[in-house]
Amino acid sequence: MANSDLVARLLGGDRRALARVVTLIENGAPETRAILAELHAHGGRAHIVGFTGSPGAGKSTLVTQLARELRRRNLRLAVVAVDPTSPFTGGAILGDRIRMQELAGDPNVFIRSMASRGNLGGLAAATRDVVRALDAAGFDLVIIETVGAGQAEVEIVRAAQTVVVVTVPGMGDDIQAIKAGILEIADIFVVNKADRPGADQTVAELRMLLSLDAQRNERAWRVPILKTSAATGEGVAELADKLAAHLASLKETGQLASRSGRQARSEMLALLHQALLERIAATISADEWNRLIDEVVEREKDPYTAAAELARRVGLAGAAPAEA
Amino acid sequence: MADERKIRVLVAKPGLDGHDRGAKVIARALRDAGMEVIYTGIRQTPQMIVEAAIQEDVDAILMSILSGAHMAIFPKVMEQLRANGVDDVLVMAGGILPDEDLPAIEALGIKGNFGPGTPMSAIIEYVRANVYPDRLAQALPPLTRAAPAADAKAVAGQPERSAQ
Repeated sequence: MANSDLVARLLGGDRRALARVVTLIENGAPETRAILAELHAHGGRAHIVGFTGSPGAGKSTLVTQLARELRRRNLRLAVVAVDPTSPFTGGAILGDRIRMQELAGDPNVFIRSMASRGNLGGLAAATRDVVRALDAAGFDLVIIETVGAGQAEVEIVRAAQTVVVVTVPGMGDDIQAIKAGILEIADIFVVNKADRPGADQTVAELRMLLSLDAQRNERAWRVPILKTSAATGEGVAELADKLAAHLASLKETGQLASRSGRQARSEMLALLHQALLERIAATISADEWNRLIDEVVEREKDPYTAAAELARRVGLAGAAPAEA
Repeated sequence: MADERKIRVLVAKPGLDGHDRGAKVIARALRDAGMEVIYTGIRQTPQMIVEAAIQEDVDAILMSILSGAHMAIFPKVMEQLRANGVDDVLVMAGGILPDEDLPAIEALGIKGNFGPGTPMSAIIEYVRANVYPDRLAQALPPLTRAAPAADAKAVAGQPERSAQ
């Protein structure tokens, strides 16, 4: 198998090798783990930026404008655009490239569309590993565009160093905005389509809400609220400046390391969780499951006792690990 | 998580015709058949199509064309795919393709060539039956060629990473 060859080509800037590695990662191919180990060792240099916000807020168009601005600054960038998978058919239409056509043909821009494949939270399960590949491939920035997110799709905080929340004028009153979730994760707010009426009011409302957030007020980074118009390009250069400023602030305050630590921890926990599930599936037979299920249904056992029994079977649960 | 392997299809509208209703209907049908469809939008150059196919690592490309420019565009697409070492992608076309052009189109390696009235199910079955099996088995067909020199140069010529 030509895996090390693939990784070497990826590191050398071969776009086909990069694209193929991304496919392997997306499909959870068995050889992926060795590839990821190698990629991880080569990564850690890209600035990873997430864009999230409701569907139709203009994320793709804004990312395109931002990409053009970053190219003017001679930065190389990759974009991962996540769109939803149909929960009914498993298929997906990935349409973010339609709005990114202006970037086509630039060898310093790499765009990859990803279907969410049943993952909730605004990303696909493999997004972080795909970002790992793009990081290792040497891009200065990796931009993740989430599924058009509602109020609680906040998984992007576990994948990005800088989170940009994109909103538009007239998206609802200020109660929408004080609900928990997406507004709490912003490092930068963007009020896009600012050429529309109501932009200033939206900015004012966001500003007021932020000023009430005591936790945020203690932090070194003041969350900026930018007005952009992806149609005219207004505010896009300022957005690029703020991205750089946020990264600089993260580095200065030591938060970059603590964010990375939190992300690594959550990633390891998720993998551990996965490993446990696999262990359980491998250890406990369908018959055993069914027997316990019946006992619970017949009220001979309660679910906690049954679960504890299963936990002992896979070597968990307080007691010394049972013989395997 | 090891999902079943998804078929990824690039649906592209090359050239200057803007009639993309058909392309969208097919994109939707392929989606409903459980495929991941990357739709590029209209007015795609051969270079844009090939670049998108590479970056997205698609299993199949389906070009929809109604303008009559197919004999100008298709050879360029095939040429650029070859130049980039892409040899494991099923390339198909649909739209208005006159019968007298079909032998030439097929000689280019473009398959399917779905004309008006083709049932969606026929297109779906065709894609399923004809994508390269190597890809579905997740084997890695060797990349026949390294990245073209122009690409490699552009990458190598980049300034050192700055703190942006």
